[in-house]
Amino acid sequence: MFGLSRKDTLLLIFVAIITFAAPILMNPFPTESSLAQFNAGYPDLMQRFVIFGIFAIGFNILFGLTGYLSFGHAAFLGAGSYACVWMFKLLGYNILPGIILSVIVSAIFALAIGYISLRRSGIYFSILTLAFAQMSFALAYSVLGTDMFGLKGGLTNGETGLQVYNSDPQIFHSDSAPDLPHLFGIPMRTTEVVQYGAWEFQFNVGFYFCAVVMLIAFYLSIRIFRSPFGLMLRAVKTNQNRLNYTGVNTKPYALAAFVISGMYAGLAGGLLSAMDPLAGAERMQWTASGEVVLMTILGGAGTLIGPVLGAGLIKYFENIFSKINEGILKGWFEFLPDTLGDAVVWVLYFFTGSGWHLTLGLMFMLVVIFLPGGLVEGAGRLFGIGRRKKKTPASKTQAAE
Amino acid sequence: MDLDAILLQVLNGLDKGSAYALIALGLTLIFGTLGVVNFAHGALFMVGAFCAVSLQKLLTISAITIDETKTDFLGNPLKVKTPYVENWFGEAIGQGIIDWSVPLAILLAIPVMLIIGIVMERGLIKHFYKRPHADQILVTFGLAIVIGEIVKASFGATEIQVPAPEPLSRVTDVGALLGMGDINVTYPTWRLVYFAFAMLVIGVIFAFLRFTTFGMVVRAGMADRETVGLLGIDIDRRFTIMFAIAAVVAGLAGVMYVPIKPPSYELGMQFLVISFVVVVVGGMGSLPGAVSAGFLLGILESFASTNWAKEIIPGIDQIIIYVVAILILLTRPRGLMGRKGVMEE
Repeated sequence: MFGLSRKDTLLLIFVAIITFAAPILMNPFPTESSLAQFNAGYPDLMQRFVIFGIFAIGFNILFGLTGYLSFGHAAFLGAGSYACVWMFKLLGYNILPGIILSVIVSAIFALAIGYISLRRSGIYFSILTLAFAQMSFALAYSVLGTDMFGLKGGLTNGETGLQVYNSDPQIFHSDSAPDLPHLFGIPMRTTEVVQYGAWEFQFNVGFYFCAVVMLIAFYLSIRIFRSPFGLMLRAVKTNQNRLNYTGVNTKPYALAAFVISGMYAGLAGGLLSAMDPLAGAERMQWTASGEVVLMTILGGAGTLIGPVLGAGLIKYFENIFSKINEGILKGWFEFLPDTLGDAVVWVLYFFTGSGWHLTLGLMFMLVVIFLPGGLVEGAGRLFGIGRRKKKTPASKTQAAE
Repeated sequence: MDLDAILLQVLNGLDKGSAYALIALGLTLIFGTLGVVNFAHGALFMVGAFCAVSLQKLLTISAITIDETKTDFLGNPLKVKTPYVENWFGEAIGQGIIDWSVPLAILLAIPVMLIIGIVMERGLIKHFYKRPHADQILVTFGLAIVIGEIVKASFGATEIQVPAPEPLSRVTDVGALLGMGDINVTYPTWRLVYFAFAMLVIGVIFAFLRFTTFGMVVRAGMADRETVGLLGIDIDRRFTIMFAIAAVVAGLAGVMYVPIKPPSYELGMQFLVISFVVVVVGGMGSLPGAVSAGFLLGILESFASTNWAKEIIPGIDQIIIYVVAILILLTRPRGLMGRKGVMEE
């Protein structure tokens, strides 16, 4: 189907079902129960799942296939965000022009940065992209945020972040259209709340829009993975020297991959702005670049489903961990004797609430140390134990050839 | 711009450049010996800074005594806090010790950073020699986050002020210092001390590598690790020590930088990115390159932040370092002083 093999079609359908059913699957606990804080089925968080899923899918096309580790992908996310908000300011709140422009802007941006950065490889490439991203961050945060070209607040509005004001032109804004991001009149914030017994499910327009975009992005990434172009990218990762010796110029392939992944990042940035019309410079900071690297690695770089999985997990943990405060922890460990309970709460408190980044850093290290292939490889290893016996005869026949 | 202004900017650049040079020196040492890209090096700089903060906090732990003769504004007997140090050594010496807590922190930082360095190398980095550079970057990046968060959990998220010793926290007349009466520039003494300190540390490291047998073996190992190993020398052990020394250099740079910039847990990250740029500009694996590029970029940055430069190109102060790095990498990939063929891919 759609030019995919049977296995890939099944994977796509599986991801589609999970995504569309997310508002139900993510809310397994009744609203009134004490476990309700583990529910993730509210619009804001689910939008983040899919948007960062897109970001990670795009990053994976570069890192997973070509092995070039970019440490500055957040710059494209930020550029996309700004572009989308600018479209809101100039044209009005319909999200389509904004998202299209954010992809175009980030593509141009990625082409320029990629053209320079890809002249080096290995760590030089990582440091160059990092330097470019930090430069973009510094520019967006200060210089471009001061009054210039007769624009108050400049291109990025600096520390405050770019947002839409009543005085903005918004040429295509009609009175009938809603005064917040919408798609041909359907506001992104519309949420249908369904009560089912003790459960409550929220079906949000913005989430479903992002979900459809993510599925398209996912489909395209499968096509890229299975195409001759994708094979070429893998060859770049495996042995670039040999490719050069055989007379292949690898640079255009790597650059194409870089631009594609930059466009994915821009798309994610545009969607972030479309869900909440505000763009700040902190989206470009290098910790944000590090986060997408982590998502990809955690899920499994170079695999199809890995990045989506990683993005979901990181965003889920970020949300849940940072919500757990001392009171909640105390509630959980009431059954323990007082001193022991206090000690456990004291220890866990470092990892939750504002200490969430500590957990993130530890996860980062543990995954890189013990599971460089990510969760997908881990799962593969688990299932592989049972399968290994069957494979032995197959390898024997190969040896006989 | 007149001569005074130029000299002032050079001085400004020198103290920032000193910090860049010291961190970049450590990064280069680690890269040259172990072949590892250490993203946690900025965190080591920050840990050094917090050694000074902790020492100052330790020294000012106070005993509370009640002075019956005086009353506070509520009419209760006045509680007087006297640091234990003052009780033990007498008031004058105690005050002096507290006042000099930043330089004294060097004595604390050296063993602390040595231990951290050895533990880090043996416990973590060792397992990453043979892994791809991407893995090294990622695991040390994770470590940097963890160190930063531990510091945040123990010291809070705000910047902590620790002053320089009183005699060194005034200003110095640089013109008089240089013996040129017509230059009328005064400059904070501590920043001059920092520059001198950085030069001393750099000198010690270079002398250590140049004139000791240990240093000779390390240099030989940097040039050809395998051959040194074949000669029956345990090069790994020496490289571990070099890693610890690099950690100490970063830590010392951090200790002395405290009065210039009050440290917070984000300090490491702020310096790390620039230090990488410095290493790349200087030439990966070249120690003199790292040092000179550190000072060069520090001075360039301070000139770029003058109003004179900002009028010509607005925002140049924010991007100058990156622009220079990009230009260098594109025109001379091995950096200013890099050896031909080393990491030139």
